[in-house]
Amino acid sequence: MKPLAVYSAEKRFGDTVALAGVSLALEEGELLALLGPNGAGKTTLVKAISGRVRLDAGHVELAGRPAHEPGARDILGVVPQEVALYDMLTPRENLALFGRLQGLAGRALEEALGWALRWTGLEARARHLVKTFSGGMKRRLNIAAGVLHRPQVVLLDEPTVGVDPQSRERIYEMLDELRRQGTSLLLTTHQLDEAESRCNRIAILDHGKVVGEGTLPELVSRLFGGRRTVTLTLNRVPESTLPGLELKPGGRSGAALLADAVEELPALLARVRACGLEVEDLALHRPGLGAVFLALTGRELRE
Amino acid sequence: MIRALIQASLLQLRRDRVVLALTFVLPIAFFSIFALVFAGPGGSGSELRVDVGVVDEDGSPVSTRLLAALEKEKGLNVRRTLKAKDAQQPLDREGARALVRGGQLDAAVVVPKGLGAAFPSFTPGGPEVEVLVDPANPIAAGMIVGVLQKVELTAPPDMFVCGSLAAFERFAGALTPEQRRAVEEWQKYLELEAEEAAPGGGSAEALAGGVVRTKVVDVIRERAPRTATVAFYAAGVGVMFLLFMAAGAGGALLEEAEAGTLERLLTSRLGMGRLLLAKWAFLTALGFVQVTVMFVWGALVFHLDLASHLGGFVLMTAVTAAAASGFGLVLATACRTRQQLAGLSTILILIMSAVGGSMFPRFLMSETMQKAGLLTFNGWALDGYLKVFWRQAPLLDLWPQVLVLSLLAAGFLLAARLLARRWEAA
Repeated sequence: MKPLAVYSAEKRFGDTVALAGVSLALEEGELLALLGPNGAGKTTLVKAISGRVRLDAGHVELAGRPAHEPGARDILGVVPQEVALYDMLTPRENLALFGRLQGLAGRALEEALGWALRWTGLEARARHLVKTFSGGMKRRLNIAAGVLHRPQVVLLDEPTVGVDPQSRERIYEMLDELRRQGTSLLLTTHQLDEAESRCNRIAILDHGKVVGEGTLPELVSRLFGGRRTVTLTLNRVPESTLPGLELKPGGRSGAALLADAVEELPALLARVRACGLEVEDLALHRPGLGAVFLALTGRELRE
Repeated sequence: MIRALIQASLLQLRRDRVVLALTFVLPIAFFSIFALVFAGPGGSGSELRVDVGVVDEDGSPVSTRLLAALEKEKGLNVRRTLKAKDAQQPLDREGARALVRGGQLDAAVVVPKGLGAAFPSFTPGGPEVEVLVDPANPIAAGMIVGVLQKVELTAPPDMFVCGSLAAFERFAGALTPEQRRAVEEWQKYLELEAEEAAPGGGSAEALAGGVVRTKVVDVIRERAPRTATVAFYAAGVGVMFLLFMAAGAGGALLEEAEAGTLERLLTSRLGMGRLLLAKWAFLTALGFVQVTVMFVWGALVFHLDLASHLGGFVLMTAVTAAAASGFGLVLATACRTRQQLAGLSTILILIMSAVGGSMFPRFLMSETMQKAGLLTFNGWALDGYLKVFWRQAPLLDLWPQVLVLSLLAAGFLLAARLLARRWEAA
């Protein structure tokens, strides 16, 4: 029984198709990154799971129960992209409010408050007003407010947007701690490096459909097989094009996709030398998530 | 650069049609409302009519003619019976007093026994026509006394002559038979004239000074303390600011929608129904405290007698705050932006306050505007406070106001719930 499963979700807003039959599932204790260009349907999917959007077709299950059943969403925590906190309340007061709204009370609430303040590292600031907090502190508290009731499934909509690298690191440490305790996390992000390095699996959404899903090696293998990317930096800008090397416009560096690096790389280097050019730097690497994303959607993520 | 900035401002104004409309509708609406409230539709306030009860304890030709002349006055609605639709039970002094106290009559005229026999009276003492008034309505009191003086001097000239000659004979000796015959002839002529002439056509101004003495009796302050006036203004201002507070605080919903906290609240177990109920309960409590603070201040500084009217005050303030909070939520759920809310709430609250009597007592308005006042929230609330502090009415008498305001509160909540559906699952 999957903690979260979405089956053939469809949703239209007027003439716009937001979801065109999305199916995906979340395993216990995994962090799934949901990627997609703007307008791909990520927010609609997250809202459909949290019950803020009614699907035209398809359905959502939480721990095997249809999500629309009373109480089924009690196992769900939602962390919105906005810092949805009350500035004129302290962290403790904010957490107490959202904890009560999620059904916590009495001793359970007190314990949850203590845990959340320790987890976010905000114990020392527990009685300060949220409006005095830095962006990173607010982000941490924003996450805590969504998981205070210790849900089995957490939806995080760009939880690290606008925060510095240290805060981002701290946030992922917090998420890792949740994951270790068995919580399943679905995270939307525009940060490819985060998705690549921090998430177990990746789902890429485009035009309301899942166009790719799996671990990064699986996706790379599926799309590129054993091909490798070689990047070269030359000593000067070439006077003419070099067959097999895609140069940056007006630049002296370029990349080539090689099906068999051992076979093809010496030939490429020979062509470079034949043009009177020297190689200053060379790197051989497996295609990354950026290449996967480009191959699947035809666009850079930031488009 | 300045031109570019002006162009951008114009474009933004043009695109927010609600704000655009309010910019121009607001002043026109206010001008029209205030013109209607203070000047009446014809611009003269001539529509104002005063409901006056008449009690004839004398039953003399003088009193009969005096009261008949009152009935012909255009500005007065004269009532002679205890119940408006029951002609069987004539109005008596106590009945008239109760009706004025209760606000069903603006004033009452009581002609005491012996007035006809003593008419006209040029010496001190003797019977006086009593005008029972509610001091909350100074226009009614002044109007009745003025009209009374006018009719007493113009409507019964034959009586005036007859009575005057009787007084003359008492001090100067009897008339000769020829003189008496001549007077009787003249009297017949005057009687005919009196029947034909409309009141107000004589030289009232020249003779004004009161040959029938009148006594104005304040039937409210016989029982209510003078500080009841303070309560009236506290209620008027309190209700208006209650509405402003509720609209402003209700706007927190729009802020929450913008900040994302509304989304978070709605993804919790709360639900929109309970969210609105919680907001309404908070606003009601806040409004109750706000009005209470104002009345306590009135009691401390202006000696308002709050302690003796605590029950009525609590009841009226509770239902008024409940309805005002509902109103604030309706506005907040109906508007899309804070600017729209600010414009719409200002226009609605000021119009309701003007028409409903928060700025200017309703009983001083024309009949049409008085009725229009009952379409407003303020009208019902102020009527209730007036009953409590001015008319000393028992709690049970507040039932129409409590019922209407409770229904308004329920209606507003229902409307807000329906309007809030736009924030629910799409």
